[in-house]
Amino acid sequence: MIEAGSRVRLAAKARLQRDRLTGKPFLLYPERGLELSDSAARIVALCEADRTVAAIADELTAASGEPRERIESEVLSFLRALDDRGLLVVT
Amino acid sequence: MTAAGETPRPYTLVAELTYRCPLACGYCSNPLDLARHSAELDTLAWTRVFADAAALGVLQANLTGGEPLVRADLTALVAAAHAQNLYVNLITSGIPADRARLAELAAAGLDSIQLSVQDVDAHGAAWIAGRDDLDAKLEVAAAVRALDLPLTLNVVIHRGNIARVGEFVALAERIGAGRLELANTQYLGWALANRDALLPARAEIDRARDVAAAAAERLRGKIEILFVRPDYYADRPRACMDGWARRYIVITPDGLVLPCHQATSIAGLDFETVRDRPLADIWNDSPALRRFRGEDWMPAPCRTCDERHADFGGCRCQAFALAGDAAATDPACALSPRHQLVRDARARAELPAAAAAPPPIRLRRMRTSA
Repeated sequence: MIEAGSRVRLAAKARLQRDRLTGKPFLLYPERGLELSDSAARIVALCEADRTVAAIADELTAASGEPRERIESEVLSFLRALDDRGLLVVT
Repeated sequence: MTAAGETPRPYTLVAELTYRCPLACGYCSNPLDLARHSAELDTLAWTRVFADAAALGVLQANLTGGEPLVRADLTALVAAAHAQNLYVNLITSGIPADRARLAELAAAGLDSIQLSVQDVDAHGAAWIAGRDDLDAKLEVAAAVRALDLPLTLNVVIHRGNIARVGEFVALAERIGAGRLELANTQYLGWALANRDALLPARAEIDRARDVAAAAAERLRGKIEILFVRPDYYADRPRACMDGWARRYIVITPDGLVLPCHQATSIAGLDFETVRDRPLADIWNDSPALRRFRGEDWMPAPCRTCDERHADFGGCRCQAFALAGDAAATDPACALSPRHQLVRDARARAELPAAAAAPPPIRLRRMRTSA
């Protein structure tokens, strides 16, 4: 289970791209595609360089000014859902 | 779902590059008259299809067949789909492939590979596919993983291999698959012709489903495991292709634009080819694609059923094949007045004789007269 100290990056099979018709972010992976909200896409974009979940929450807090605790809990639940689909590499 | 005049956006292109295939699986999803579609689109025509599909909104390209590896220009086709920013998935039996070819495909922009295995038992594989290639497939899987390409293992499940679902899970673990599809045969086309040889009994389905569910829980986050029941054992129909001409475009080797792999089996529908007309025009205007789009075509009880937004009325090809009317309620649905047809097939699968001596299987061969 992913925790605040877990380091995460996007699995090789997943690809984040902008939709050419709508401009909305999509996460593509074998046989599937997920349309993401802008905030979900910001989380995915930060899933690189083996950042920790806490570091991702820090960056989003700095950018949004929302309460950090709430952001970290949202980031955790979203990343756990991605991990259940095998879309993350967690260390 | 779709108001009059509003065309849904397709997300996935299924490109049937060829119907040639070294295997002869008795459940093949290609049409029975596959030899009629043997005049294949060339590299340039497919390149235009990928561009037109992407312009319509398609995000995923599944390159399939037949066996796509028999196309000598496959690398160029992968590159052409990749150039349109499509997520390119190769759906293959792995025969014939070697490391160099796979490396070439990866370099051209291939995003993932779905490798089919017919059985882990040599006799079982020969029974269903006419040959056993497990060793060659294991080499392909190893080469795919060495290239760091995402790998899906696909096994079509039927009476002949359903007892080995646990072994298929173990195989997926061993070869490093990220996804395992345990897809029960759906009884259309070749599979319908072989239904009495292929349809498992209910207890076999239930056992296999339990094995798959336990494995899915154990391997969560490592291997995504999908178990698809045959709709003969569901009380409601499959959401076939997520609705007719709604999310998927299927294009045959000779360029026909279809809503699903089997749609040419329906008499009276004239599908158009990308040789004659741009893909967008066909998608938007083709009478055959509009025929069962949305809900206006639905008969009772579908038209007032709460589940019509979830299952889109089921499978039109199945309605045609079993009830002789593509506009009928899918007989797989327990609410269909023709559901007895499905109950009868299930009852035959329960007979002791069916387990002891299944009827001979008709292998898929590319004859000119099907």
